[in-house]
Amino acid sequence: MNPAFSVVFFTTLAGAGQGLVTALAVAVLAGAAISRGIVAIGLVVSLVLLVVALGASFLHLGRPERAWRAVLMWRTSWLSREVIVLPAFIALVALWLALRVGERPNPWGDVVLPIVLVAVSAVLWYCTGMIYACIRFIEEWAHPLTLVNYTLIGLASGLVLFALLVGLGGPPELMRPAAAWAFGLTVVAGAFRVAAIARNTRLRHRSTLQTATGIRNPRLAQQSMGMTGGSFNTREFMHGRTRALLARIKYFAVGAGFVVPALLLLPALVRGGGSAAGWLLAAALVQLVGVLAERWYFFAQARHPQNLYYQVVS
Amino acid sequence: MAETYAKQLALVIDLNVCVGCHACVTACKEWNTSGSAGPLSDLNPYDAAPSGTFFNRVQTYEAGEFPATETVHFPKSCLHCEDPPCVPVCPTGASYKRKSDGIVLVDYDKCIGCKYCSWACPYGMRELDEERQVMTKCTLCVDRIYDESIPLERRRPACVNACPTNARLFGDIKDPQSEVAVAIRERGGYELMPEWETRPANHYLPRTITETVAAVTAEQSS
Repeated sequence: MNPAFSVVFFTTLAGAGQGLVTALAVAVLAGAAISRGIVAIGLVVSLVLLVVALGASFLHLGRPERAWRAVLMWRTSWLSREVIVLPAFIALVALWLALRVGERPNPWGDVVLPIVLVAVSAVLWYCTGMIYACIRFIEEWAHPLTLVNYTLIGLASGLVLFALLVGLGGPPELMRPAAAWAFGLTVVAGAFRVAAIARNTRLRHRSTLQTATGIRNPRLAQQSMGMTGGSFNTREFMHGRTRALLARIKYFAVGAGFVVPALLLLPALVRGGGSAAGWLLAAALVQLVGVLAERWYFFAQARHPQNLYYQVVS
Repeated sequence: MAETYAKQLALVIDLNVCVGCHACVTACKEWNTSGSAGPLSDLNPYDAAPSGTFFNRVQTYEAGEFPATETVHFPKSCLHCEDPPCVPVCPTGASYKRKSDGIVLVDYDKCIGCKYCSWACPYGMRELDEERQVMTKCTLCVDRIYDESIPLERRRPACVNACPTNARLFGDIKDPQSEVAVAIRERGGYELMPEWETRPANHYLPRTITETVAAVTAEQSS
């Protein structure tokens, strides 16, 4: 597939926003001594990420003025379900922010909404993952690892942001557990992503040029693809990059998305307290770039069966 | 699995006689760019890299090893699957399959141009129109085949009328007496990528003519 930057930014930023909201909700539910001000700042950051992501998703549409129609087919379409759940999630985050700003403890803001937000965030990851995993003939995507990776990578990038938040605003005693969770999720997400890349590299596709054309000769060569200057088929489904560049992006994605951020989390993990904010900021920024590369590679590695019909450009 | 309908219009393409002349391509473009659905746009039509929206394309393949090679011209358009994977994924309902005749269509007024249906078509039969920014595809000339102002024998998709070798048959594959059903049954009509169980309505007739010619030649020379 030819990666669309609108979708790359949409899925990575929304995932990080969901991850940060999930981390904040779990921290509040666990009774962590995190101040209301820090939670509010974290929720504002999440809202910015989610709204920018929603804006990026509009850039993917040819007719954005009709986007509201995309809520209609929730019975059959995972995309439609995502289009419903994402704004609902944003509204719930905004509601939680409004409730947490008040000083008095209240059961809605302290218990009910955090539980709801964790659940809705999980549903949103499931919808996003299923958009890709449900297309059975894009075999790189049609696998449970797609769902696992969307969730784990969102959680990892959200937890690194959460650790940064704790590093900047305290409390110091929360630094070690926050860094530990961020480190753990980053390592686990990296391991699952590497597993998916390895699986996809070894994948043997069910469709061949013989099944695509029904011409049963084992020696079958395309002489003409039916047009001279390319078409939607050659633009949408092919990235046109070299294997060497693809390999570089793959190693960069794994390194910057998982390995380097995990190493940058170590000072906070070892020292604790508020002394590691610089390292945490570096971890968050490196991971953001790395996860963007990871998502680009997620699309680029998927070989759509329609590409069988475009073996030569002539 | 989706329900199937009593009537399923489709094309059957005879690879024995397609000569790769692209008459079906140009006839399709001419009819459909002039129709009620709006123009099929062209990008850089007089430039180095011309591109544009087409519902139908003809590709060419070479099978076998020289000197025993065959050139196979391969017309390619929406197969109007009986279980079309492009339809359920559409978030707006713009993409649909007609109950009355099984044609898979796009409502251009509802399409938001998200391209998800094109990802969900294993055959790459859908094309986003770059100017209108909506998804387009073969309609089996739905604005022609029911038009009573057109003489009955011409009331067929433009590509079928244009084909000089009669390589394109059109009809209801659910009617066992129809020309297309007979051709599929008696001449080994097959589906593209059967492994995905989309049950394409369009079928292709495999090449047998070269085998026949080879047999006759061998008989004459012996």
